[in-house]
Amino acid sequence: MSVQHVPLGRLRTPFYERMVKLDTLNTWHEWKGYSTPDALYCAETEYFAIRNATAVFDLSPMTKYRITGPDSLAYLNRLVTRDMAKVKPGRVAYAVWCDDLGQVLDDGTIFHLREGEYRLCSQERHYDWLITSAIGFDVTVTEETADIAGLAVQGPTSYSVLSAMGLDGLGELKVFGLMHFDFEGTELMVSRTGFTGDLGYELWITADKAEALWDALFAAGQIFGIRAIGVHALEMSRVEAGYLAAYQDFLPAKATVRNGRTRSPLELGLEWLVDFKKPNFNGRRALAEEKRRGSTWRLVKLDIEGNKAAHHSYIYEKSKNNRKEIGFITSAVWSPICKQNIAIGTVKMPHGAPGSTVWVEIYYQREMHWNRAMAKAIVVDKPFWFPPRRSATPPGPY
Amino acid sequence: MTDKYDAIVVGGGHNGLVCSALLAKSGKSVLVLEANDQVGGAAITREFTDGYSVSACAHLLYQLQPSVRKDLKLKPQLVADDMTTIALDEDGKHIRLSGNSVTGVSDDDASSYRAFHKRMTRFAGLLNTYFNKAPPRLGPMDLSNLVLLGRLGLSVRLLGKKEMREFLRLIFMNIHDELVERFESPLLKGAVSLDAVLGTHLGPRSPNSILTYLYRLAGDCGRVALPAGGMGTVSDELAQVARSAGVTIRTGMPVKRIVIDNGRVAGVETESGERFDSMTVVSNADPKRTLLDLVGAQHIEARFTHRISNIRMRGNAAKLHLALDGLPTIAGLTQDDFAERLVIAPDEHYVERAFNPAKYGQSSPEPIVEMTFPSCRDASLAPSGKHVMSAIVQYAPYALKGGWTDAARREFEAATIRVIERYAPDIAKRITASELLTPADIESEFHITGGHWHHGELTMDQLMFVRPVSGAAQYRMPVDGLYLCGAGAHPGGGVSGAAGRNAARAILGREKAA
Amino acid sequence: MKTYDAIIIGAGHNGLTTAAFLAKAGLDVVCLEKNEYIGGATVSREMYKGWLYSSCSYVCSLLRPEIYRALELHKHGLQVTPFGGSCQFMENGDYFGSYHDPEEAYREMARFSRRDADAYERYSADTMRQCRLVRDNLLRTAPDPTSFKPKDLMGLAELGLKFMDMGEDAMYETIRFWTMSVAEYLDQYFETDVIKTTKSGSGIIGTALGVYSPGTAYVLLHHYMGDVDGNVGTWGVARGGMGAIADSIAGALQTYGGELRAKAGVEKIIVKNGRATGVALESGEEISARLVVSAIDVKQTFLDRMDKSDLPEDFYNRVVNFKIRGSSGKVNIALDGMPTFPAIPKGSTLYHGDMHFIDSMERMERAFDDWKAGTWSKDPYIDMLIPTLTDPTMAPPGKHFMSCFVQYCPYQIDGRAWTEPEREAFGQTVIDQIANYSPDFKSLILHYEVRTPEDIENQIGITEGNIFHGELTMDQLLFNRPVPGYAQYRSPVSGLYMCGSSTHPGGGVMSAPGANAAREILADLRRTNTVPENFGDD
Repeated sequence: MSVQHVPLGRLRTPFYERMVKLDTLNTWHEWKGYSTPDALYCAETEYFAIRNATAVFDLSPMTKYRITGPDSLAYLNRLVTRDMAKVKPGRVAYAVWCDDLGQVLDDGTIFHLREGEYRLCSQERHYDWLITSAIGFDVTVTEETADIAGLAVQGPTSYSVLSAMGLDGLGELKVFGLMHFDFEGTELMVSRTGFTGDLGYELWITADKAEALWDALFAAGQIFGIRAIGVHALEMSRVEAGYLAAYQDFLPAKATVRNGRTRSPLELGLEWLVDFKKPNFNGRRALAEEKRRGSTWRLVKLDIEGNKAAHHSYIYEKSKNNRKEIGFITSAVWSPICKQNIAIGTVKMPHGAPGSTVWVEIYYQREMHWNRAMAKAIVVDKPFWFPPRRSATPPGPY
Repeated sequence: MTDKYDAIVVGGGHNGLVCSALLAKSGKSVLVLEANDQVGGAAITREFTDGYSVSACAHLLYQLQPSVRKDLKLKPQLVADDMTTIALDEDGKHIRLSGNSVTGVSDDDASSYRAFHKRMTRFAGLLNTYFNKAPPRLGPMDLSNLVLLGRLGLSVRLLGKKEMREFLRLIFMNIHDELVERFESPLLKGAVSLDAVLGTHLGPRSPNSILTYLYRLAGDCGRVALPAGGMGTVSDELAQVARSAGVTIRTGMPVKRIVIDNGRVAGVETESGERFDSMTVVSNADPKRTLLDLVGAQHIEARFTHRISNIRMRGNAAKLHLALDGLPTIAGLTQDDFAERLVIAPDEHYVERAFNPAKYGQSSPEPIVEMTFPSCRDASLAPSGKHVMSAIVQYAPYALKGGWTDAARREFEAATIRVIERYAPDIAKRITASELLTPADIESEFHITGGHWHHGELTMDQLMFVRPVSGAAQYRMPVDGLYLCGAGAHPGGGVSGAAGRNAARAILGREKAA
Repeated sequence: MKTYDAIIIGAGHNGLTTAAFLAKAGLDVVCLEKNEYIGGATVSREMYKGWLYSSCSYVCSLLRPEIYRALELHKHGLQVTPFGGSCQFMENGDYFGSYHDPEEAYREMARFSRRDADAYERYSADTMRQCRLVRDNLLRTAPDPTSFKPKDLMGLAELGLKFMDMGEDAMYETIRFWTMSVAEYLDQYFETDVIKTTKSGSGIIGTALGVYSPGTAYVLLHHYMGDVDGNVGTWGVARGGMGAIADSIAGALQTYGGELRAKAGVEKIIVKNGRATGVALESGEEISARLVVSAIDVKQTFLDRMDKSDLPEDFYNRVVNFKIRGSSGKVNIALDGMPTFPAIPKGSTLYHGDMHFIDSMERMERAFDDWKAGTWSKDPYIDMLIPTLTDPTMAPPGKHFMSCFVQYCPYQIDGRAWTEPEREAFGQTVIDQIANYSPDFKSLILHYEVRTPEDIENQIGITEGNIFHGELTMDQLLFNRPVPGYAQYRSPVSGLYMCGSSTHPGGGVMSAPGANAAREILADLRRTNTVPENFGDD
């Protein structure tokens, strides 16, 4: 028999050739087997493309599953904590799913493409869990990660760019809505979603049309300051928006070895996604019990004094005397647009109530020498960056 | 209008009957729904051909729990209460095992067997103390749970240092090694091996086979009894006790689904469309049937579902029923001997070789056999002068490669007869009718998934704390109001009634606490 | 006549380890070896001119890094280099490769089943949870659950706490893990036969059990918990062959002032007034010492080298019944060049790893059925490795050494000794199976040696040539190893200790039994402990 050997080394996404043409830095890293750029020109510049013009980020390595079949709604409703019956065709839901112990496996977006047909999109892979969860349901779960190319088109001029590209009617699309367009005879799906907290869209198309889509997009975007970006810029914007990243702000429960290192949705500030009115969903019994007994951890968004980013810092209750660690920082960044030193962290309950003060131990290096500073931090309960344009419908021509 | 009960028991097997009777005795209104036309589940007597009746599945009474007997004041009518096991030898040099004695072997073997049996019975007795309680949970630090755990540890320590060490060593071992260490007689090693593996997917060389042997001894110290009129009379007596306690028993009422409303049990619906309401449903069906078929995965969580679907419960034991126009001849056996329990397992290697094909989905070309001729003790089972044979024949894997086609069934039955013929050359001539129940038949007749009469292998990874699955060993299933009371729950199979009794106590205990 | 503080019988890696730690504590020790070479089964020998064979053990991952560091083995020439990957050849011409890179490994699994590829993450986490529990106990003496001594109670409590720390759900799963078969364990994760087969190998290596035998999931762990530079489960080869490990520990021993004597086989352990006082050598020479430590297996120690009358009857019987079973053999081959395996791409990294030629669980189990029937597997499980790809010092440039660990291979054929034609046939079975996947393999063979369990017993002295000095079944692990009540390295005879792989935590080139024994001995002598603690990983 002839064997199709698997490719070794890093894979290239459908947009790889296009990105390489724009790349000036040659710093790439691995993302689920694919090469993905840290930055293509300058992370700062790319960040401001997100906040000031239009940034394009290659989402293709995101894991995608298509879920179809008569039981698809019942299936999803058992899978995720929120009520999917409320998510009508043409809508997208941010969702979180748990194991039986109520610990988060991952978060992601579920696109209700057409009646009874869904796409689940997440950072981590879940085929094993999705198939395991399908026991007793008449559904089909198909992985389509490599088949579907994805681009995030984010920033205040993104609507203008897409309109210039000829996507008519996009103005009516609300946040967390999706629309289908024809692109050169192929279906192009556009959703008003993103990981930046700004006005923005995500474009999804079969891999064979990826480069044509890229070319059309960049041609239309030329006059609106369009720029391809890498992960660093995206990371800055997602912390500003207060979004969580797997393996950073939480660990997927299935891959966690040590007891107590996982988190429940309640502990990640995602209680709004947990619908106890649903009679059964995965983790419901454990989460109901947690709600009754109280959680162990709390996710906090911190506004920290000074300007030294608090990477990997311990969080303390007090700055002096009886200093007690109450948690640690999981994501930190200096926000160029808010001019704030911001971070996401996890603290033991009952610490970290919104409005309360905690202390953060920051280590920073200046010309080889390390310095340590204790910085005061306020717990905030809103995203750091949440502009009205994010949800304005129709979006303005910025 | 629908009837409302305090509890509905799905399945009128012996555990279901025990559970329902105990619930009723505590003043609950209880409904038992049995799919078949008679109660008893796998413990029934039925006619398999004109004039000939047998215990259709389980055919010997090993371990009806004394606690169950006491609680329900049962007095099963027995035609034999301590049958001798005769391990057959082709040359007529059979050996006889009864209690702690064995005859027909060397003096060394006889005295080793006494010591062996004494120790095994002691360990089995220890196991039996665990059989009458729900296993404690491992996580919670609350006092009552810790006390239970402590008692569990203490009871092992009370064996004394030496015996405790021996216990902790033996329960992990295979029976083969222990037998080879102790005995010379191949026949003795064969007979004990058979006892260790009957009803399991293990060979004597499989670790864990000492534990299954202990399981067999637990309950009634390995005494084998034969109820008058077959196993059905045990079930009938249980049904009688249940009815007089106020239980409503309805037969011919297969349950289609357990009704879940807003995340909790609300009642059951039968195949015929009748609906019965209750906030408590107790299932005597096996865990797979209960949770995957009757409840449905959409009402339970995913990993739990996965665990339930991974329970190993694929039967290997077939039943062979023969109608005989007279007793066969076996060299060295008297007429009276046919009233005992006869086993064919000439040596421990034979048993292991019989097991080998089962691993690959094939039936044994030379199976092991446990035979009884109950008509020798109980004339009601066959026409006058005629006899019935009821045998358990192993290994006949449920998932036979190619399936249990007519040809496959004929082949296995012929193989069994050939093996019996080595001892009883005239058996074939005596047969006037026969019936073979493969595990697949047992599944369809008794509604036991995989035809596995223990409702799940009795291996350490499926016992005690983790029976039926991790985190659900206390009879309560993770759907409010749903309980399991069959052999799929702790302590497992055998016509013991322990699971039913423990389940009833869990149900009643919980109500007290609430 | 000189009286040593301690005599260690057997210069295998455990004997040497005990000796080294005792010497480090200032004891006057001598380690006695019956062969002219040291190392026992941890040995490199020039069996063919220009080739060094790792004749017995052939890979290293279990050697405890704590011991490596405490004895400064790097100063004595030890260098362990990890190698990646493994490959399973299939009858249909396909293969299943295990790549070191997680994404490549994922893609390869997904080639067979996407679900399996995805389930691997869950499998790894669940298995690692068990590894952590066990690994923590390697450099500890197993507490005796029947004892009320504070040390045992503390040890039990620590174990209990560690167990409880896993969380309720994982505790249940742990009970299951320790008692189930490797096949059933893998069934919970994977659906592809060849993937399960690949992973099941570790569950049976060195044991007289089949993949369907309950208890084999634990054995899997025994091969997984090793680490080379922190990568749990990865394997390495010692530069210069496995003998380099023994040589380096011997080097440490001598640096600490210990003595090493080869060609000094012990005939008898001398017991006077219920106390071990020394040994009598095969040469007739007697050596006296304050205590005697035996690194050879328990049967060799107590049944062959002592008088039954010096031992309690119960203990003696337990040793008689201790199960040390010959289940594996070796075929070592000198190759004129690198054989090709057309199924895998030229230059593939898979060549560097171990290779197997069996592709289904049924074939694995049938190999065991042959052993049960008293013969070698006609279609065996071979763990083949060409270590010269990683360590070129073992053969002349361009030439190669191939190590084939073969299972199952019985100690005796149907209860009698092997005949020469049978040994030859066993060797041919192995060569033929490999040649099925490598057309040029046979033509490259310059020399090979066949080692049945009987040969290993005769040469190295391990009963039935069992690589673990005793089956790794639950009835012979922890407080049950080797004999309940004597699982803390002390024997019933005062002054006589055990430090070989028959003791907790068992075999593999781990040196943990040797180190643990040294710790107990030093405690009894009230000397300063020189044995390191677990690094721990929390």
